Amino acid sequence: MDEKHLNVEEDAILFEPIRRTGKSFYIALLILGAIILWAVWAYLHQYRDGLGVTGLARPIFWGVYITNFVFFIGISHAGTLISAILRLAKAEWRRSITRSAEVITVLVLFFGVGNILMDLGQPDRMLNIIQFAQFKSPLLWDVSSITIYLTASSIYLYLPLIPDIALLRDHSGKWNWFYRIFALGWKGTEKQHHLLEKGIAFMAILVIPIAVSVHTVVSFVFAMTIQPMWHSAIFGPYFVAGAIFSGIAALIVAMNVIRKVYHLEDYLRPVHFNNLGILLLVMTLLWFYFTFTEYLTTYYGGEPIHMAIFWSKFTGRFALPFWGMFLFCFIIPLPLLSFKRTRTPMGTLIASISVVIGMWLERFVIVVPTLTNPRIPSEVVHYFPTWIEWSIFAGCVAFFILLYMIFTKIFPIVSIWEVREGREKSMAEVRERIRTYLPGIGIE
Amino acid sequence: MVIDLDKCSGCQACVVACHAENNINIIGPEESSKGRTIHWIELIPYIEGEYPRIKARLLPRPCMHCDHPPCTKVCPVNATYKNEEGLVAQINYRCIGCRYCTTACPYTVKYFNWYAPQWPKEMKGSLNRDVSIRTKGVVEKCTFCSHRLLKAREKVKAEGRDLLPEDYIPACVQACPSGAMYFGDLNDPFSTVSILSRERRAFRLMEDLGTEPKVYYLSEGM
Repeated sequence: MDEKHLNVEEDAILFEPIRRTGKSFYIALLILGAIILWAVWAYLHQYRDGLGVTGLARPIFWGVYITNFVFFIGISHAGTLISAILRLAKAEWRRSITRSAEVITVLVLFFGVGNILMDLGQPDRMLNIIQFAQFKSPLLWDVSSITIYLTASSIYLYLPLIPDIALLRDHSGKWNWFYRIFALGWKGTEKQHHLLEKGIAFMAILVIPIAVSVHTVVSFVFAMTIQPMWHSAIFGPYFVAGAIFSGIAALIVAMNVIRKVYHLEDYLRPVHFNNLGILLLVMTLLWFYFTFTEYLTTYYGGEPIHMAIFWSKFTGRFALPFWGMFLFCFIIPLPLLSFKRTRTPMGTLIASISVVIGMWLERFVIVVPTLTNPRIPSEVVHYFPTWIEWSIFAGCVAFFILLYMIFTKIFPIVSIWEVREGREKSMAEVRERIRTYLPGIGIE
Repeated sequence: MVIDLDKCSGCQACVVACHAENNINIIGPEESSKGRTIHWIELIPYIEGEYPRIKARLLPRPCMHCDHPPCTKVCPVNATYKNEEGLVAQINYRCIGCRYCTTACPYTVKYFNWYAPQWPKEMKGSLNRDVSIRTKGVVEKCTFCSHRLLKAREKVKAEGRDLLPEDYIPACVQACPSGAMYFGDLNDPFSTVSILSRERRAFRLMEDLGTEPKVYYLSEGM
C-alpha cells in the first residue's frame, strides 16, 4: 500500500494547482491586493483620527465591526464542526470536502478577531486584556474560547495534512525544504497511520464542544447584558445554529469555486452538493424555528421596552434589513433546497450566497436595533455605516479569499490520502459495517 | 445624591458647571448633531401623555453610581470598577475603548471620545488642572467629582480635622441655583441625603433592574 501512496499520476489533477499557476491567479491576486490596500488605507484613517470616522454615535456604540465579528466567527463554524461531525459519523462522502471546510475555519477566525480589534478605540492598549484580565467580562470569555478554538482547529487542519505534505515533499521540486519540515518525517508506516488516525479522532471529538462553546460565548456578549431583545436565554443555541447555517453556506460557495477553477468536478460531485444541501435545508428550518420562537416570545410578553425594538424591526426603520434577512435566510433558500431537482451545485450555490448575505443581515439586525432605543429617552440617532466601515468589511472578505487562494497553491485542497484511502479501504469497511447492522446475516 | 424635582427649574446650570469642572470636550455643532455630545450630567426629557394633554418632565441624570453596576462587570480590563468609596470609577488610561460598558449601562451614562478632544484656544487656559484630559477612543462618565474628594482629604489632613459633609460636594450640586441637589453620605442615617432618601416622594430610576442606584429623586407635585 505504501508503494501506491507514492504514485502521483493518480489524482494528478489535485497536484495541478500547486504545480502550475495560471494568469488568472495573478489577476485575482492583483484585484484582491488592491481591495486590501484600500481597506488598510481606510483603517489607517480611522487609527489616526479615531472612531469618529465611522457612523457610530451614542447610543449606537456598536455597528458593522461587531456585526462582522459575529458573522465571521459564525462562518468559521463551517469547517471544523462539519468536518468533525462527518468524520465521527463515518460519512464516506466527506473525504473530498473536509479539507476545504477546515481551512475556512482557521482563516476566517482571524477576521473575526480582527474586527473586534479594529472596533477598539485604543487598539494600542489591546494587551491590557491580558495584563488586567477581568474574567467577569464575557469579552474575556470570548478571548479565551476563541484562542482555544483557533489552536484546536489549526491542529485539526494540520493533522490530516501531514500525509499530503509528505507526498509533496517526495514529488515536488519547489519548496522542498518547506514540505520537509512540515511533513514531520512522515513515512506512511502502519504505526504512523495508526497514530495519525487516533490523533484525528481525538481532535474531532475535542473540537465539537469547543466550537459549540465559541459561538455560545459570542452570544453571551449580548445576552449577558440586560438590554432589550439581547437578554435572552435562547441566544446561545440560536447563535450556534445560525453559525452552522452560515458556515455550511460558505462551504458550499467555496466548494463551487474550487470545483470550477481547479476542474475538480470528479471530486466534488453533485452528490456532495446534494448532501450538503440537505444539511443546509435542515439548518434553514432550524434557523426559522429559533427566529420564530425568539420573536414570538417577545411579542407575546409585550413588554414596552422590548416591543419598541420589536416594532423597529418589523415595521420601523430596521424593516428593510429585517425582512431582507427573512428573504435571504428563508424564502430564497427554502424552495431551492427542498427539491432534489434544484439541489444541484448551481442551485445550492444560489441558496448559499443568499444565506451568507441573509446571515450578515441577521447579525446586523441583532446588534444594532437594540442599541437605538435605550431605556432612558435619548436623541434619535440614525446609524449609517460610512465608507470606512464598508471598505474595511470589503478588505476583510478580500483578504480571506486571498489567503484561501494562497492555501490552495501550497497544499492540496482535497485531502489526497483520504480520497485514496476511501478507494482502497472503505469499500470493504463499509460492506463489513453494513453487515453488522443487519439481522439474519452471520458475522464472525 | 438626592435631586428634588420639585425644586429643579431645568436651568441646566449643573450641566454647565460639570462641563467646566471636568474638562469635558466641546465637540461643535456638526458632531453634536450626529449624537456625539458628551454630558456627564444631562437633562433627560420625559414626555408624558399626548397632545393636547402633554407634559414634559426634565430629569437631571448624572451617573447613578449603582451598588450593582452592570457596567463594571462587563469591562474586560477593569478600567471601570466600584471603588472603596462605593463610587463607580473610571481609569481612562487603561480603557481599551471596546464600548461594552456603554452598551451595558441601562442609564446610558457613559460617553465615548470619538475623536481626540479639542478646545478653542481661548479656553485652554481655563481647563481644570485637577481633572485629567481624556484621549481619543476612551470612555468617560460622571465621577461625582471624585477629584474634589481627594483634594478635600488633603486639606482636612493638613488642617488636622475630620472630613465634614460640606468639605466635598460635586460641581453640579454646588452650582444648582435653586438648591434642588443634595449630596452626602447615604450610609449616615442622620445626613440630609439619607433623611431625604427615606421620604415618601423618593424614588430611583429603574429600581426594578436591581442596580441599586445611589441617586435618589424626589418626585414633583406631591
